[in-house]
Amino acid sequence: MPILKLISEDFGNENARGLKWYRDHGGYEGAIKAMGMDPAKVTEEVTISNLRGLGGAGFPAGKKWSFVPKDSKLPKYLTVNADEAEPGTFKDRYILEWDPHRLIEGIIICSWAVGIHTAYIYIRGEYVRPYGILQAAIDEAYAAGILGDRVLGNDFSLNLYVHRGAGAYICGEETGLLQSLEGKKGWPRLKPPFPALVGLFNAPTVINNVETLSHLRNIILKGGKWFADIGSERNGGTRLFALSGRVKRPGVYELPMGTPMRELIYEHGGGMIGDRALKAIIPGGASAPVLTADEVDIPMDFDNLAKVGSMLGSAGIIAMDEDVCMVKTLHRIADFFAHESCGQCTPCREGTGWVYRVVSRILAGKGSADDLKNLMSIANFMTGTSICALSDGASMAYRGILKKFPNEIEYHVKNKQCDVEEARLARV
Amino acid sequence: MSSAEFEYTAENLGRFQDILKRYPQKRAALLPALHLAQEQHGYISPAVESYVGRLLEVPEVDVHEVVTFYTLYFQKPMGRHHIRVCMSISCTLCGCEAIRDHLGKRLGVASGGVTDDGKFSWEAIPDCLGACELAPMLQLDGEFYGNLTAEKVDQLLSQVES
Repeated sequence: MPILKLISEDFGNENARGLKWYRDHGGYEGAIKAMGMDPAKVTEEVTISNLRGLGGAGFPAGKKWSFVPKDSKLPKYLTVNADEAEPGTFKDRYILEWDPHRLIEGIIICSWAVGIHTAYIYIRGEYVRPYGILQAAIDEAYAAGILGDRVLGNDFSLNLYVHRGAGAYICGEETGLLQSLEGKKGWPRLKPPFPALVGLFNAPTVINNVETLSHLRNIILKGGKWFADIGSERNGGTRLFALSGRVKRPGVYELPMGTPMRELIYEHGGGMIGDRALKAIIPGGASAPVLTADEVDIPMDFDNLAKVGSMLGSAGIIAMDEDVCMVKTLHRIADFFAHESCGQCTPCREGTGWVYRVVSRILAGKGSADDLKNLMSIANFMTGTSICALSDGASMAYRGILKKFPNEIEYHVKNKQCDVEEARLARV
Repeated sequence: MSSAEFEYTAENLGRFQDILKRYPQKRAALLPALHLAQEQHGYISPAVESYVGRLLEVPEVDVHEVVTFYTLYFQKPMGRHHIRVCMSISCTLCGCEAIRDHLGKRLGVASGGVTDDGKFSWEAIPDCLGACELAPMLQLDGEFYGNLTAEKVDQLLSQVES
């Protein structure tokens, strides 16, 4: 299937970042059209489009907007989640670096639909270069009357600010993000109340991902049905799949929702380095349970991956070949979650630490017979016992490897060395 | 001003006033105010915490809590150039351990340390920098450098101005 470039056509084009180029190529026509429509009709088109929340949760975007009360005594806010930090994920960086005006246009469309006059983009602190490019685009938009007191000449004001994070994965969790935007440490909030009712500064708040908003221009210009028809059932349109790991051509590929992983890895990614055999795939960032090579034909959308006990999540796809040690992969995952647990809930704070210490011990050849059982028990205890989804995500990722590659863990425990490495050395 | 004290330069005070206008609550400006202070001072000392807290009417202890929660705020002087080596899954699959070891040997300090001449500081980090297509990769003074080899790391270090 050919790559369908709805939002990625300008990736890599140095000329495309500026406002002039953007406007010369139909830019802001979607916002102009939306602002000629009844706001409720805009939301309706987005609902029809089956656009899902592309940060990872996959919640229907139109539905999310509809939860925000029409009449609010407090000002309503839009916060854009650009805290892209799920290991294996780098798609939003491409939008921010190559097509920032498309994001700004989506922000205007969403703000018009929901009646929002102040929006914040929360960008992870490590994204220094994307921040500079984004801020320059916002400055251009203000100077051209696209943002500010009269958006595109309409009697509608919208101020847009960029808020830089400071290095914390948890701030990608939507309520951790709100806390961070309010100048606090990113400890997630209990829900309910949901941010749509009590969000930023205790006011009704929409939180949308960069990629989600970047699809709005096309949805408004071409219609919700057009977008829905491109994807798979209940998963509208295309998605930016960020492919990495042991593949020949890692990168961001825009493909229709429901494209099989095999096509991404072998056609677009060029297959595995050295044409080695595929062994495992993480299909949606580090939190997504690992799949084995025989699951490579599963269509990549939210529902099909959920059916096999994994998730599409942030669409960061990590491909691993036969030479990859899964204990080592688990060790990297465990190190990450132990480092990034915010420490608020005991099961997550303690559980992520335990898992990291046990896996470190196994990897160092000091495993004990009960380790596999204990790891599974910790993972189970970490599920559904904390305020936010970090703990659930971590435990899902642990369980994925524990269930699918128990033999490798047991081999490490028993023989104090790595069977994968032995097999590799025997081959060369 | 003694070394134990801190205040924004006149220019940065102006930038701080602009930052304040973005938010309906003063405290919301805490992260950008700390970024600005670190840009000027190199790290967040207790004096910086105290100063920023006074400006924003946030208790010093709350400022400290925020500074210690996030990884990008330094609490001690670092090198003039700071390097982060990504040790996440994709980078590990592509050999970041060798890059980390080479860099450590080349700079002669362990992760988290500063070279004797104060030129470099570096750290190997377990969180993903969001550039897995460049694996193995590192961040030097904000910029991403990828597809690294030991030779590329050497080249990069020698290109950096003191």
